[in-house]
Amino acid sequence: MLTSGTILLAGSLLSPNPGLIFWTAVTFVIVLLILKKIAWGPIISALDEREKGIQSSIDRAHQAKDDAEAILKKNRETLARADAEADRIIREGKEYADRLRADISEKAQAEAKKMITSAKDEIEQEKRRALDVLRNEVADLAVRGAEKIIKTTLDADLQKKIVDSMIQDLSTKRN
Amino acid sequence: MKRVSVFKAKAVLKVIAIIAPLLLNINGLALAATQEAPAVSPVPEVVAEPHAAAEAPGEAHEAAAGGEEKAGDVIMHHILDNNVIAFEPFGEIELPKIVIGGFDISITKHVVMLWTVSVIVIGLFAIAGGKYKNMTSRQAPKGLANALEALVQFIRDDVAKANIGKGYEKYLDFLLTAFFFILVCNLLGLVPYGATATGNINVTLTLATFTFFITQAAALKAHGIKGYLAHLTGGTHPALWIIMIPIEFIGLFTKPVALTIRLFANMTAGHIVILSLIFISFILKSYIVAVVMSVPFSIFIYLLELFVAFLQAFIFTMLSALFIGLASAHEGHDEHEAGAAHH
Repeated sequence: MLTSGTILLAGSLLSPNPGLIFWTAVTFVIVLLILKKIAWGPIISALDEREKGIQSSIDRAHQAKDDAEAILKKNRETLARADAEADRIIREGKEYADRLRADISEKAQAEAKKMITSAKDEIEQEKRRALDVLRNEVADLAVRGAEKIIKTTLDADLQKKIVDSMIQDLSTKRN
Repeated sequence: MKRVSVFKAKAVLKVIAIIAPLLLNINGLALAATQEAPAVSPVPEVVAEPHAAAEAPGEAHEAAAGGEEKAGDVIMHHILDNNVIAFEPFGEIELPKIVIGGFDISITKHVVMLWTVSVIVIGLFAIAGGKYKNMTSRQAPKGLANALEALVQFIRDDVAKANIGKGYEKYLDFLLTAFFFILVCNLLGLVPYGATATGNINVTLTLATFTFFITQAAALKAHGIKGYLAHLTGGTHPALWIIMIPIEFIGLFTKPVALTIRLFANMTAGHIVILSLIFISFILKSYIVAVVMSVPFSIFIYLLELFVAFLQAFIFTMLSALFIGLASAHEGHDEHEAGAAHH
């Protein structure tokens, strides 16, 4: 058993073998050249191509995302604008309605005032006419009373008194 | 699950051990007489060390013939390179000896393993590469191509790109080939009749030499000859050059030597441990030791070896990339500390 150790140390483990070195070099170089031709070329170029493909896909995806974001932003802006527009229209509508209402009520009031004044005027006229009629009536009455008094023949003083009291009566009545 | 069954076996065998030490002697006698019993019977559920099992009968013969000392020889025989590929129960193949111009370039077991590895790697990537040729960039890879792509991409992004940085593409071919070549070499030692070519220092030395040359080429390219030579002085005062230049010069070679030794020692050590654990049961001539210790422990080491196979392939590639990155980096000095930290 001990000899195995001595064999390891002294033995041919480390001994050079030119033939093996030669064959290793030749074999390795040939394998290298063959593999370069049949494997590394196609595989590495396929890897590169795929890497490029993936990169361009990622780029495209980013581009698409940016585009989508831009569109979204634009949509939001449009929406905001539309909202503002709607608000403005509503506000304007309200203002217009308020103004219109105010106008209408103003107009109505003016109309009403006008009507009231015209009614007053008419009343006044009617009153005046009635007074005229009344006055005529009173005059007639007075004439008739005077006739009666005259018929009963009274003196001038009495007559005067009667007329005066009558007129007084009329004037108080009138007021 | 395995562990549970092992414990059960352990309990039963404890009882046996208490009742009959005699049984041991009988076993021992039986072993001496038949010699193939322990090789077959204690290891039926062992997926773990097939080559150890395959090696076992041969060992039994030799152990019987020459006694205990032979265990070391057998282990070394298994680890070392030789001219024979043994398919144990079926016989063996003698490999041809070739000598050209005084150089012995005979085909050895490890050369055959290197070729097997080449065939496996090229085969796998021929299939995967063929799939990529018919594939548009919109299709996802499936199956084998997908599995290999994960490793390729790992080497490319986390090893080459991370350590070399700009201009890593030039070195990618070497790094990828080195990774898969070493990985399959490491794994091939874990299958029956296989051997670990990367457990041979000549192989790792050659691979590390490639790294060395590529590193120097990268340094020359990045700094020019003047910058390269200036780098050897460490940027110090001329009076210190007599110290600095030898140190820097040695420093050039420590990196590939570290790569060489690390890979070789890791692969060799794992195999020696597995074989030693198996051989304990033969040396002690005991079923109990085999079932209680050799088999479970070697299963454990075998699984560890699977991990180490990936780890060492990764580390070799990683350090190669790191050295290339350091050599071609444009900063002067902190790179040395970074390099030293990794040794």
